Amino acid sequence: MLKPGTSSVVAASNTGDSLRRRPRLGERFIESWIFLAGLFAIIILVGIIAVLIKEGLPIFTYSSPWQFLFGTKWYPTSEPPTFGILPFFVGTLMITLIATVAAVPIGVGCAAYLAEVAPPRIRETVKPIIELLAGIPSVMMGFIGLMLLSPLVKSIFHLNTGLCGLTAAIMLSLMSLPIIVSVSEDALHAVPKEFKEASYALGATKWETIRHVCIPAALSGIGAAIMLGVGRAIGETMTVLMVAGGALAVPLSPTDPMTTMTAAIASGIGNAARGGLQYQALFAIGLILFVMTLAVNLIAERVLERQKRKFAR
Amino acid sequence: MVDRWLIAFIVYVVVNIAVVILAIIKAKMTRKISERTAFGFLGLATALAALPVLFIIIYTIVNGAGAISWSFLTQAPSQAGKAGGILPVIIGTFYLMLGTLVFALPIGVMAGIYLTEYARDNWLTRLINMAIVNLAGVPSIVFGLFGLGVFVLTFHFGLSLLAASLTLACQALAMVITTSREAILAVPREYREGSLAIGATKWQTVRHIVLPQALPGIITGAVLAISRAAGETAPILVTGAAFLVPRLPSSPFDQFMALPYHLYTVASEVPGMSKTTMWGVALVLLVVVLSFDVLAAIIRFRSRQRI
Repeated sequence: MLKPGTSSVVAASNTGDSLRRRPRLGERFIESWIFLAGLFAIIILVGIIAVLIKEGLPIFTYSSPWQFLFGTKWYPTSEPPTFGILPFFVGTLMITLIATVAAVPIGVGCAAYLAEVAPPRIRETVKPIIELLAGIPSVMMGFIGLMLLSPLVKSIFHLNTGLCGLTAAIMLSLMSLPIIVSVSEDALHAVPKEFKEASYALGATKWETIRHVCIPAALSGIGAAIMLGVGRAIGETMTVLMVAGGALAVPLSPTDPMTTMTAAIASGIGNAARGGLQYQALFAIGLILFVMTLAVNLIAERVLERQKRKFAR
Repeated sequence: MVDRWLIAFIVYVVVNIAVVILAIIKAKMTRKISERTAFGFLGLATALAALPVLFIIIYTIVNGAGAISWSFLTQAPSQAGKAGGILPVIIGTFYLMLGTLVFALPIGVMAGIYLTEYARDNWLTRLINMAIVNLAGVPSIVFGLFGLGVFVLTFHFGLSLLAASLTLACQALAMVITTSREAILAVPREYREGSLAIGATKWQTVRHIVLPQALPGIITGAVLAISRAAGETAPILVTGAAFLVPRLPSSPFDQFMALPYHLYTVASEVPGMSKTTMWGVALVLLVVVLSFDVLAAIIRFRSRQRI
């Protein structure tokens, strides 16, 4: 331990040391700001959780979690109000399931084609187009669903209205395609070249190699891609708000009009007084939604990380 | 006799070989055919993924072009949006993009610098990375609730341009951080070492060597982020967008009109809206959002060519 004063003597005798020890206050200042900025992502995430818990949890003093989760009646303005989110939960599940089932074969097929089959020119044309799809705002997709798809669905299935879960699910499947394609394609690219070459050496055709070597090797990455697509579909708001129909009953068939958890928040929050029961209930839905998407994303991230390590040499 | 047996044996062998060869050829053929079929399906999947986008864009241009006129772009709406133009709506969206950029860019770039230049590989860094990944997956309406709870109500900004910009900035942050981090990581190590070797401090190196090199990548990310912000509806729906505001916002605490919210309202909420107007609003929104996407692509392409 040096006494105060001795360090400056040491520093003066050694230029390199003095450079290192010169108190660059401005630099320290900037670096502390940089550190703070680095923490911002955590601050916002924690902030989101805190807000959702603070504003949403009080609803459970009015309505038990069981009633809230499995109640089938959402009447926020009746006397007394009832808050059961089962209709929204079922709506979210139904739309997400249909959207995912529709998007997975197309998305994975497209990724396999782009990664293994397509000549460079087609690849270079198709990839930006799919990136373009990711850039189209969700309200625009809702508008397209409203104007073009819902009349089509109405006439094909002889419905009273084309604004139903199925229409929303078709639009959502389109919207979850970009992430499924890009993450699956990355996973296929990560498969070591030696795997494919070994397969060719055994006399397998290109398709057999894709089918029996590439896709199995990339399976966990493709799984993560699907999870991310599911996360996207669960959280999508505007498209569903515009085309799913907005009915408050528990949907029994995909062609019923329905409301999802996201749409319920978006359509209800404007009329909810701050701190009122409906306001709390909507934040509680937000909390459940947040937990669901967080779980899906965490699992996908874990899987991708593991896959990256598996093929890293 | 022997000749006959010999000929019979040779014929037998030849036939056998022929059968085997034919079987091989046939197997090869069916394998080829099954490959063709499979590739056909993969191509079909690709077409199904790519064609709807082109259809949506072309259809919107064809149907919306009729609404686009000088007065549509330069006048305020009248008769509850049924007549007049959408100038305040466009301007509102540009204010939002600007607001998002002002808040998200500095913090995002500094966070990118922290993660690449300063952070050690420890639990905190892992936690930050995890937060970034998960922030990107948070539903937009949840960001809206966060903005409502924090900026509108707790900070008392009210339903305002400021609250909406801050909310969108929080949402854009993950993307700005990720793209800046990639851009900074791509700067060769030797540049930093050269700078440090001639006596520059760490911050001087970052400021004068690393950042200028990473600039195109950072700008690409920022442009993409504000293009997303321009199209977001759910977060501004709860934090301050309004359908009809008589004047342009004169302060950050005013409510505002914005393209995506306007499209939502004219399409879903206002009965008796003319289809031409709706497609016109949709086209303007699409052009604003996609032109920024294209701008980002051009910047990225240019900077790649330079290297």
